[in-house]
Amino acid sequence: MLRSLHIEPRKCTGCLQCEMACSYENEGVFNPARSRIKVFNFHEEGRMVPYTCTQCAEAWCLHACPVEAIVVNHATGAKEVLDSRCVGCKVCTIACPFGTVNYQQATGKVIKCDLCGGDPACAKACPTQAITYVDADWTGYDRMRAWASRTDAQPAAGTPA
Amino acid sequence: MGWHNKVLRVNLTAGTCTPEPLNAEWAQQYLGQRGLATKYLVEEVDPKVDPLAPENKIIFATGPLTGTAASTGGRYSVITKGALTGAIACSNSGGYFGAELKMAGWDMIICEGRAAKPVYLFIEDGRAELLPADGLWGKSVWEVDEIIHRTHQDPLIRISAIGRAGEEGVMYAGVVNDLHRAAGRSGVGTVMGSKNLKAIAVRGTAGVRVKDPARFMQAAAAAKEVLAGNAVTGQGLPKYGTQVLMNVINEVGALPTRNHRDVQFEGAGHISGEAMHEPRPSDGKPNLVTNQACFGCTIACGRISRIDQKHYTVVNRPEYWSASGGLEYEAAWALGAATGVDDLEALTYANFLCNEQGFDPISFGATVGAAMELYDMGVITDAETGGLRLVFGSAEVLTTLAELTGRGEGFGREIGLGSKRLCEKYGHPELSMSVNGQEFPAYDSRGIQGMGLTYATSNRGACHLRSYTVSSEILGIPEKTDPLASEGKAGLVKAFQDATAAVDSSGLCLFTTFAWTLGDIAPQLDAACEGEWSVDRLLETGERIWNMERQFNLAAGFTAKDDTLPKRLLTEPAKTGPAKGKVNELPKMLPEYYQLRGWDAEGVPTGETLSRLGL
Ligand code: SF4
Ligand code: SF4
Ligand code: SF4
Repeated sequence: MLRSLHIEPRKCTGCLQCEMACSYENEGVFNPARSRIKVFNFHEEGRMVPYTCTQCAEAWCLHACPVEAIVVNHATGAKEVLDSRCVGCKVCTIACPFGTVNYQQATGKVIKCDLCGGDPACAKACPTQAITYVDADWTGYDRMRAWASRTDAQPAAGTPA
Repeated sequence: MGWHNKVLRVNLTAGTCTPEPLNAEWAQQYLGQRGLATKYLVEEVDPKVDPLAPENKIIFATGPLTGTAASTGGRYSVITKGALTGAIACSNSGGYFGAELKMAGWDMIICEGRAAKPVYLFIEDGRAELLPADGLWGKSVWEVDEIIHRTHQDPLIRISAIGRAGEEGVMYAGVVNDLHRAAGRSGVGTVMGSKNLKAIAVRGTAGVRVKDPARFMQAAAAAKEVLAGNAVTGQGLPKYGTQVLMNVINEVGALPTRNHRDVQFEGAGHISGEAMHEPRPSDGKPNLVTNQACFGCTIACGRISRIDQKHYTVVNRPEYWSASGGLEYEAAWALGAATGVDDLEALTYANFLCNEQGFDPISFGATVGAAMELYDMGVITDAETGGLRLVFGSAEVLTTLAELTGRGEGFGREIGLGSKRLCEKYGHPELSMSVNGQEFPAYDSRGIQGMGLTYATSNRGACHLRSYTVSSEILGIPEKTDPLASEGKAGLVKAFQDATAAVDSSGLCLFTTFAWTLGDIAPQLDAACEGEWSVDRLLETGERIWNMERQFNLAAGFTAKDDTLPKRLLTEPAKTGPAKGKVNELPKMLPEYYQLRGWDAEGVPTGETLSRLGL
């Protein structure tokens, strides 16, 4: 079974524990600037939205890489960057429609989410379960259940609490 | 580690930014942030200095856990000699600014002198420079935030700034970071303004490392579990914020109302945390949009609110329709109960203005309350107010005064003096509900006895954050004591003061201590930075910090006579509620407190106490 990071922005408080867990896991330092996941604060609306790579099945970054430095980890489905091959040409950063693979001046390579080899540090660190690691086929399951619980119970549609 | 061992010294007179090593020996004695920066201040500044003179300094300091993954590890403090009080000032703030400063590779910024023309400090990792602030002066905190982000084309810059209140000499101007988090009290923003320093903007990509990462992650994770499992930090604060207290404190009869004339407010329910969740009749939406965390915080007590677009304060003013920092308890109390106003939207608007122009809602609201009492007595009249009728309970008066005070205009200039100077000016110093010039926060010491001693002995003027005995007296944390009894409170206050001084020096938020003891904090500190950080060592450090602050204030000219409360609290009994008939029993508590502190009858630390603490 493949699993995906499942992000629910409505639960996010903007604490950045995920960013610190990610930078610590991958680089041994607390440093949001080195995090593969970023939390965006739309402050005028009071919305915090975590965002990272969704591990496309047909990954633009992987196909675009001229030196095959981005490879599939078949155990997790993650598209991983091989530092030993990456030449820092940044073509993948152009190809990715979502902007989730990024260049690092400090190393001359790109970084992106690799699902931490199947044990995502961000999901473990999130205090509100805004990030969970769930069956890739059922990221909508919780929302379905929430709506299902209301079916027949409520005359008008609204947002399940 | 935990430290970069790097301090930025900014000489505003000379226009220079110079790195220097952190005094590692002092970091061992004073931990960081509040303690360490105060040590720098007492070594470098004459206690008798005029707070607004160039010879005063203003320090922006992080703690060893700021910028780490410890829960709430994002705090910084602003340390200076306070404009409002003339005493040592240390104002703590969350948001993201403090962590960003640490991420950039700096532990502390010391600003000295005075710039000839307005400037702002721009820091990008190791590079720091003073830039002209001509285009920023006269602007609000919110405008400054927008202009700096636009100028430097980087949305991730974190900014700490003063608004117009800090420029106009409002005596309780604060320093506001990340739009609505504030080092709010004691006039630290007034000092920043006196130095012509408009803002500090930081972008940091260097990161933070700790001494023993594996042990640190373990200690931090265990401590986070404690926060999550605790009813206050895991449920009450995320859901209601500190506003969870409004109804509770009203019920125990300790909600100071109308300048402390009363101890219960009939409108409390309308301005409570619960009310912020209620859909408004006008638009069907609640005042509260969401809760928000500061950097690293797994509690997330912050309030994000939206004002009803049809409310009189913001009709046709879309600039106030966005979500922004909402009411926390102290602000809701000061803007509301202290003035007798129970219009939640008006309070939210006044709170927005406090953030926008950078002034302390506690001192502002309490000063408006004092002015209303003077008006009620006929001492202040329409002639002085420019026709504003300062009646208790008037939302229009409150919001108009918030507008005027933030801009330093009209009667707002008088309100900007703070209640002590205002009441003195009108011949009624006894009506200023303050200690050493700083207004009380939201707890009436007739109904919570320990808070009377807390206020009277607080090193930064009346303040709840120096020893929050409400925890014990009302909430039963860590142990329930009787709020109406003064017995045993001297020891309680001392214990809270010492522990709090240590927490304030660590980089963590004081609110963790609803769930954490120093036993949860020590292992995180010990794994993060040099020194054998144990509970005992933290308590001793806290006591050292407390006595150092006391020494500064004594040298500044304060004496035991200043360890007191306004006459009203000592002689006018509470009229209603569980504390009915009570006054504060400070005279019973104070001598015992001096004794426990190892101070003489004049409140001066004895030689023995000083040498025991290595002072
Ligand atoms: S799964 Fe791992 S690499 Fe991916 S965003 Fe989360 S912490 Fe970072
Ligand atoms: S850890 Fe969770 S709550 Fe905190 S910022 Fe990340 S997604 Fe949001
Ligand atoms: S508890 Fe509240 S104030 Fe403290 S760090 Fe968390 S969000 Fe900020």
